[in-house]
Amino acid sequence: MSTSTETLERFANREYEFGFVTDIEQETIPPGLDENTVRLISAKKNEPEWMLEWRLKAFQVWKEMSEPTWAMVKYTPVDYQAITYYAAPKSDDDRPKSLDEVDPELLATYEKLGIPLREQEMLAGVAVDAVFDSVSVATTFKGKLAELGIIFCSMSEAIQEHPELVKQYLGSVVPRRDNFFAALNAAVFSDGSFVYIPKGVRCPMELSTYFRINAMNTGQFERTLIVADEGSYVSYLEGCTAPMRDENQLHAAVVELVALDDAQIKYSTVQNWYPGDKNGKGGIYNFVTKRGLCAGHRSKISWTQVETGSAITWKYPSCILKGDGSVGEFYSVALTNNHQQADTGTKMIHVGRDTSSTIVSKGISAGVGQNTYRGEVKILASAENARNFSQCDSMLLGDRCGAHTFPYIDVQSPTARMEHEATTSKIGEDQIFYCNSRGIETEDAVSMIVNGFCKEVFRELPMEFAVEAQKLLEVSLEGSVG
Amino acid sequence: MDAVRDSTSAHLAGYESFARQLGNQPEHVVNLRKSGLDRFCDLGFPTTRQEAWRKTNVRRIAQGTFDRTTGVEGVDRARVEPFAVPGCTELVLVGGRRAEALERSAATLPEGAVVSSLAEAIESHPEVIEAHLGRYAPIDEHPFAALNQAWLEDGAFVYIPRGVVVEAPIHVMLIGHQPGEAPSVCYPRNLIVAEENSQVTVIETYAGHTGQHYFTCPVTEIAAAQNAIVDHYKLQEESTDAFHMAMQKSHQARSSYVFSHSLSHGGALVRNDIRAMLAGEGIECTLNGLYLGRGTQHVDHHMFVDHAFPNCHSYELYKGVLEEHARAVFNGTIHVHQDAQKTDAKQSNRNLLLSKNAMVSSNPQLIIFADDVRCTHGSTTGHLEDEAIFYLRSRGISEEAAKSLLTYAFAAEVLQEIRLDAIRTGFEEFLFTRLPKGDVVRQAV
Repeated sequence: MSTSTETLERFANREYEFGFVTDIEQETIPPGLDENTVRLISAKKNEPEWMLEWRLKAFQVWKEMSEPTWAMVKYTPVDYQAITYYAAPKSDDDRPKSLDEVDPELLATYEKLGIPLREQEMLAGVAVDAVFDSVSVATTFKGKLAELGIIFCSMSEAIQEHPELVKQYLGSVVPRRDNFFAALNAAVFSDGSFVYIPKGVRCPMELSTYFRINAMNTGQFERTLIVADEGSYVSYLEGCTAPMRDENQLHAAVVELVALDDAQIKYSTVQNWYPGDKNGKGGIYNFVTKRGLCAGHRSKISWTQVETGSAITWKYPSCILKGDGSVGEFYSVALTNNHQQADTGTKMIHVGRDTSSTIVSKGISAGVGQNTYRGEVKILASAENARNFSQCDSMLLGDRCGAHTFPYIDVQSPTARMEHEATTSKIGEDQIFYCNSRGIETEDAVSMIVNGFCKEVFRELPMEFAVEAQKLLEVSLEGSVG
Repeated sequence: MDAVRDSTSAHLAGYESFARQLGNQPEHVVNLRKSGLDRFCDLGFPTTRQEAWRKTNVRRIAQGTFDRTTGVEGVDRARVEPFAVPGCTELVLVGGRRAEALERSAATLPEGAVVSSLAEAIESHPEVIEAHLGRYAPIDEHPFAALNQAWLEDGAFVYIPRGVVVEAPIHVMLIGHQPGEAPSVCYPRNLIVAEENSQVTVIETYAGHTGQHYFTCPVTEIAAAQNAIVDHYKLQEESTDAFHMAMQKSHQARSSYVFSHSLSHGGALVRNDIRAMLAGEGIECTLNGLYLGRGTQHVDHHMFVDHAFPNCHSYELYKGVLEEHARAVFNGTIHVHQDAQKTDAKQSNRNLLLSKNAMVSSNPQLIIFADDVRCTHGSTTGHLEDEAIFYLRSRGISEEAAKSLLTYAFAAEVLQEIRLDAIRTGFEEFLFTRLPKGDVVRQAV
């Protein structure tokens, strides 16, 4: 007990590893949000008229909406007029043609983050579309991907160069009036990634974007759209860290996935934003809308997430299983330590026949963290022979934290089969004792047990992330035996 | 908003004279009525925009007009007999009023134990009423409990003093009744008090006859003191044209044991709020239930188990069989407070859909603030396994009979937990008559 308390304290007192601020001159607009802000953002990005109209409509919708309050999270309300809605590194007009032209300080930031672009280009075979605050700075591997007809670029670029695709799919999965944060994002989104995989193409490498929030008081409003055409496959990685900060920062991203007939999209996230200090001061507000549409028959969308950061997480990556025989998956590890609060889960909407979905959610709470799984499985009358399996396990490390489970299950089809199971427990003293008796230190034992607890999710992660995810868990939790 | 106010006031017609008439009752009771009225006026009827009522629309009740039943005329023993359970001490209430003439009791009560109407108890046992009535049932967020409390007048009263063990079950029969043309309403308020080291079995039967339109809005409070054992059965056999909006709250003290079964198959629109407060250490609480729906029946169970102290155990098993256009809602919450270490809580909800248009919404919920606990919930919804049916057919059992057998087996898991033989066999018999090939099942088991 005493050993574990010590280790717990040691880890709890650990400073945020990636907390640093890069000094790059930024081009920002004054804080506040009105129609002019939306027009300004659109103008800064040289957007066509239709895009501006789209944003303005979203802004009108947003004004009429109110912030949702149903999530089991408490936070000081966000002052939407105190946020700066646009920040871009200064060298926006003449973008670097290659990595050599990139601001060395920026490159150094990536080095610190452990994503050396050049190294990655050469060694890992990962194409990185790095978003530094709001504007894409460098995109690699474009040539290689272009040969296959794959489009992997920033959203701003896509709006300029592939307007027909953007028009067709933007907002088709997450409509503007979907929810408060989605509407806000639609009005002011700064940038993000756009991926299009043509018919029958299997994307040869993992596509990846590292987001990083950098400028003081700048909300980040990414918009990601991935379209996988018939018979194609893509695996997309999203990971993020943010510098240390005292004020809460808002992050309201929207991710839309569209999978046509026989297409597969695998979307993996490691989220490690600044969670606030151990007294609950600061930290990122992460209000994200992620949704995938299995539009085609036999299509598949798989979400995997490891959520260890952010002060508040409000995130429900969902699948609409429209095509017959389509498959939705959701694998999640969410960890809350100190004063972190997470309300996360998924929605699986079964529309087509023979659709199936799997939900595996592992929640870990420590300190005074509150971890909530909230999910919905809806099997409509049209979804004959639909199948769902859900498992939501929670682990509590400490006697002041909370773990909550709110699954909503609606079944309208008698041929459906739906199973949901949830457990809440702590690491057993007998388990620790057994490990000790085999010569394993308590902190290693806890690490082993927690990793074992999360294994089902970790094995869904691509190699690149699996290591990082385990490391993150170890850092945040090791030894937290209550 | 005006529509809301209108519907609220329609359900409070004649309230002033009602309250005035009972104004000379003990202050505690008068105040309860007043707080219920205030709360109901504040809340109004719930809408589907409210989380707890998302799947259950009470518009038909809110917009209906109901005459409050005052008498028990026109009901004879023959109307009550079908619902009787052999070997019980009976208490019969028709339209919420005691009908002593219709009671047939097979056993005498031990000394000190009281079974009477609540109206009688307010006169005869003011100190028990003061100590328990209205202390447990939450009216703050529940408009129907508030409405019941506003109209608090009569119901069942069971009081078992310290150390008394009542062998024969006490059967409270609440017969729904529509004496006139218009649908009627009654607000039974039941109180079961089991003092230290006492033991009692109480059956509540809510029943009515086909074709009768009425609305029953009962509240039952169960107080189990230290080491008390309460077996509670609720049989909901209302007329299929009736509305039933019930709240049941048990409050348990240290080392007490409450074992509650809810068997529900009547009513057009049914809602059961079943709550248990575990307010002491070493408590055991079992809440089981079986609900059957057919036609356009809507049955909603909202469970809430509140673990406030360490070392308590709670078990919940709710199963539903739904046919035709029936809809079921299950919402079960296990709430474990920060200091309720070593809690062992288990909840499971299983639903069987037998037709294309049947529907289920199941929301099991865990809210856990303590770390050294073992809490699980499970929820499944499905249909009869084709393989199982095929197997039975390969053994020469017709498809129809195979389905009946499997449905029975599904329901039997809840029934076999029932400790009171009369209830178990009674409900089994009911299943045999309800299932299409019930006689085959009867022979098989």
